[in-house]
Amino acid sequence: MSAGLYIHIPFCRTKCPYCDFYSLPSLSLVPKWLEAVQKEIFIYRLLFPIFDSLYLGGGTPTVLTQSQWSGLMEGIFTHFAFSPSAEVTVEANPDDVTEGLMGHLRGLGVNRISLGVQSFDDQELHGLGRRHTSHSAMEAIRCIRHLGFNNLGLDLMYGLPGQTQAQWLKILKKAVDFSPEHLSCYQLTIQEETPFGKMRDKGDMQLPDEEAQRALFILTSSFLEQEGYLQYEISNFAKGREFICLHNMKYWQHFPYLGLGPSAHSFQGNRRWWNLKSVEGYCEVLAGGRRPVADEEILTREQQDLESLMLGLRTMEGVELDRLGDRSQSERVLRVLEGTGLVRVEDGRIMPTREGFLVADSLPLLFSP
Amino acid sequence: MSNIRNFSIIAHIDHGKSTLADRLIQYAGLVSDRQFRDQILDTMDIERERGITIKSNSVALPYTSKAGEEFVLNLIDTPGHVDFSYEVSRSLSSCEGALLLVDAAQGVEAQTVSNVYMAMEHDLIIIPVINKIDLPSADVERTKEQIETELGLDSESCILCSAKEGIGIEEVLEGIVERIPRPNGKEENPLTALLFDAYYDSFRGVIISCRLFDGRVRTGDIIRFMSNDATYKVEEVGVFRLRREPKDELCAGEVGYIISGIKTVSDTSIGDTITLDVHPALVPLPGFKEVKPVVFSSLYPISSDDYPSIVEALEKYKLNDAALVYQKDSSTALGQGFRCGFLGLLHLEIVQKRLETEYDQSFIMTVPSVQYQFTLQDGTTVTVDNPQYYPDPGSIKSTAEPFIKANILIPERYMGAVMKLCIDRRGVNSRFNYPTPGRIEIFFDMPLAEVIVDFYDELKTVTHGYGSFDYEMIGYRESNLVKLDILVNGEPVDALSIIVHADRAREWGVRMCDRLKDEIPRHQFKIAVQGAIGGKIISRSTISPFRKDVTAKCYGGDVTRKRKLLEKQKKGKKRMKMVGSVMIPQNAFVAVLKSNKD
Repeated sequence: MSAGLYIHIPFCRTKCPYCDFYSLPSLSLVPKWLEAVQKEIFIYRLLFPIFDSLYLGGGTPTVLTQSQWSGLMEGIFTHFAFSPSAEVTVEANPDDVTEGLMGHLRGLGVNRISLGVQSFDDQELHGLGRRHTSHSAMEAIRCIRHLGFNNLGLDLMYGLPGQTQAQWLKILKKAVDFSPEHLSCYQLTIQEETPFGKMRDKGDMQLPDEEAQRALFILTSSFLEQEGYLQYEISNFAKGREFICLHNMKYWQHFPYLGLGPSAHSFQGNRRWWNLKSVEGYCEVLAGGRRPVADEEILTREQQDLESLMLGLRTMEGVELDRLGDRSQSERVLRVLEGTGLVRVEDGRIMPTREGFLVADSLPLLFSP
Repeated sequence: MSNIRNFSIIAHIDHGKSTLADRLIQYAGLVSDRQFRDQILDTMDIERERGITIKSNSVALPYTSKAGEEFVLNLIDTPGHVDFSYEVSRSLSSCEGALLLVDAAQGVEAQTVSNVYMAMEHDLIIIPVINKIDLPSADVERTKEQIETELGLDSESCILCSAKEGIGIEEVLEGIVERIPRPNGKEENPLTALLFDAYYDSFRGVIISCRLFDGRVRTGDIIRFMSNDATYKVEEVGVFRLRREPKDELCAGEVGYIISGIKTVSDTSIGDTITLDVHPALVPLPGFKEVKPVVFSSLYPISSDDYPSIVEALEKYKLNDAALVYQKDSSTALGQGFRCGFLGLLHLEIVQKRLETEYDQSFIMTVPSVQYQFTLQDGTTVTVDNPQYYPDPGSIKSTAEPFIKANILIPERYMGAVMKLCIDRRGVNSRFNYPTPGRIEIFFDMPLAEVIVDFYDELKTVTHGYGSFDYEMIGYRESNLVKLDILVNGEPVDALSIIVHADRAREWGVRMCDRLKDEIPRHQFKIAVQGAIGGKIISRSTISPFRKDVTAKCYGGDVTRKRKLLEKQKKGKKRMKMVGSVMIPQNAFVAVLKSNKD
């Protein structure tokens, strides 16, 4: 596996009330941003010899026009080298999916689409503040398939206020009917500083309780397993190993990645750095010929181990036993966790079970010294 | 020497001893008003924080009497809490007189009584001083009556003052000059100096506080400790005037310090007599009773890596607190540590707090225990202060535990509540005394183990703060004891075992399980906490697991934030001890004994 390249496209037509990713609800700065990104690409052109994944995320990448896309991709492919089989993903919003745009993207080398469906229930979609409907989502899937994309991922959200297991199962079934190669099922998390966060603080939004969330998670993973999907990460499912999202695995396996665009994060060796958040600031600094880095950190050995543990325990691959701290103490913890069915130990690796996934946030604490 | 007076202030806790000392110091002009701070003799953080005095301290006050004569008044400050009564005894040995401070609103309390007896044992002249006369609730007449009837002192000789308001301070000083006798010793005689305290200074080594009875000592003299014949060359002598003030010599009757290159406080023994190597005294001064620890607890580093630093901290700490004793100890659950002996629970808490704040250590202290005696079938007797070393139950013939005589003084209306409290704690043999109308003095024989944990707090609660308490050890009594073990997820946690009376075992088992249920955080799996006696489960509680905590997304931009959160949680975990697979917060090891009311 080589390094991954991420480009952050920080624009949306409208902001969704649950989302805390950085993006602007206006497209006026797109041309300026494009210019800046080209500069950033040039600055980093020599940092990595080769990439095997490219991920264009946002925001809403599909707000770019075809000619803007051509310019961006040309810049990327001119200055960065990619392996022939590289995974090239674009995040798409069902509303923006047209035969024209998708065909164009395919022509530019995009071979994987991650479609932000979120739900197949119009009422839920409305509640989530999405622009599209269940109908337009299905149209978008058909269109993408029609154009010959054979690696399609659908994003879904569950654990919405008031959502029952039956409602969620219905949506899951609809998704599976399209046989997507990949599914991301995210349990709704309320973030501070979002409209949903404010509603929660006022008491206007009540998520399912711990037990209900747990039941929904288990329903998701057992249903998808039965449908032949591999839960390779807490929220990610692939129809076979070949459809595991190569790019995202890099985040979880401590592989190097370069992130370009406002607020994007990069990681190499023991160094992580991240860009300025604001589009204006980002463009300004690049116009001055400087790197738009907001800050960076150098990880100590201990921090690297902690991250490996924290990220690895989110995936089905787990982590190598060697990564665990104090051996004798870890052995005792391992025995208990195995006994309670939270992890499995195989081939020198510790791997979380379904129940283990549910408590993955705190598992690392049991091991780290 | 005729112009020297050596005195202490004895008082119940909160009766204003430190405030009076502050006023006397200010009157003597040792500090400007600007430099002054309350409780000026209490230099330790913990003393100031809790408003208590732990260590004895002395200060030489210059005073010109009304008659125009110049005096040096040596005030030797003493602690007020029962745990530190040995310190009081030490200080009193160095004085000819004592101010007995009684709060005009609170009246005479149990500790006042025992302090007066202690002063009488040392043949001191006692000057009763009634303090806080400015309070609206002050009842001077009633207090005088108590002083007369409960203490047998002449109430006409009482001096009235308000240390807080600065009323009557001069009268107190005149009283000291007029009534307390001058020290009687001879400068020509061979040196006899009573070593009544010692503390460690990182620049000068051990500083000895002493009272000279006969003779003189100056820089360059070779002094000899009469207990072990060790000799040292005197580097400096002087007196304390809030800071050390060097002098050419110290003479009979004076109170001061000696610095002589002694490396650790344990090289000195409190109560020892210091004499000169060249002209030694023939007979030492009467010393003090050796202080014996009564409460024991083990101390373990949170992480075994911290062991060396704990060793160092204990060694340093011990330099200044000779009353702490410790030796190596080890526990299956907690690893290598130390078994420590304390004078009482307050002493334990103070040591714990000072090691944490002044020495920056993080550690676990186990459930405190007293020293039990076991007579075995073969006739031998073993003393056990650590439940880990509880003898094989089959080999035990009889068991005994230390008892105290509790002396409790309360307004009559609380009698029922206090009786109940004492009986609940296995008090027997009650006797009563009605020293003055409306007040009652209760005596109980009680197991020390029942008193060390939170008896004093409970007494304060049931008497709304009016109860006072003092105790003395009265020896061992036969008692039906058992060892109560605590199992966490089936694993016995040796550091949580306690020795208890059989009749109280179930109650303790239930209390400890309930308490641990509150103290141990939820884990990813179910935790069973059980109390057991010899394999038989007598109590149980269950800590239900949390079953979901995972966040849905973790991509490139989330990693740093998530790691930082974990790092923060890890810091919190530092205050936990991993027992098997369960994290037990360090304060749980002591908290298990406290009642669940707070």
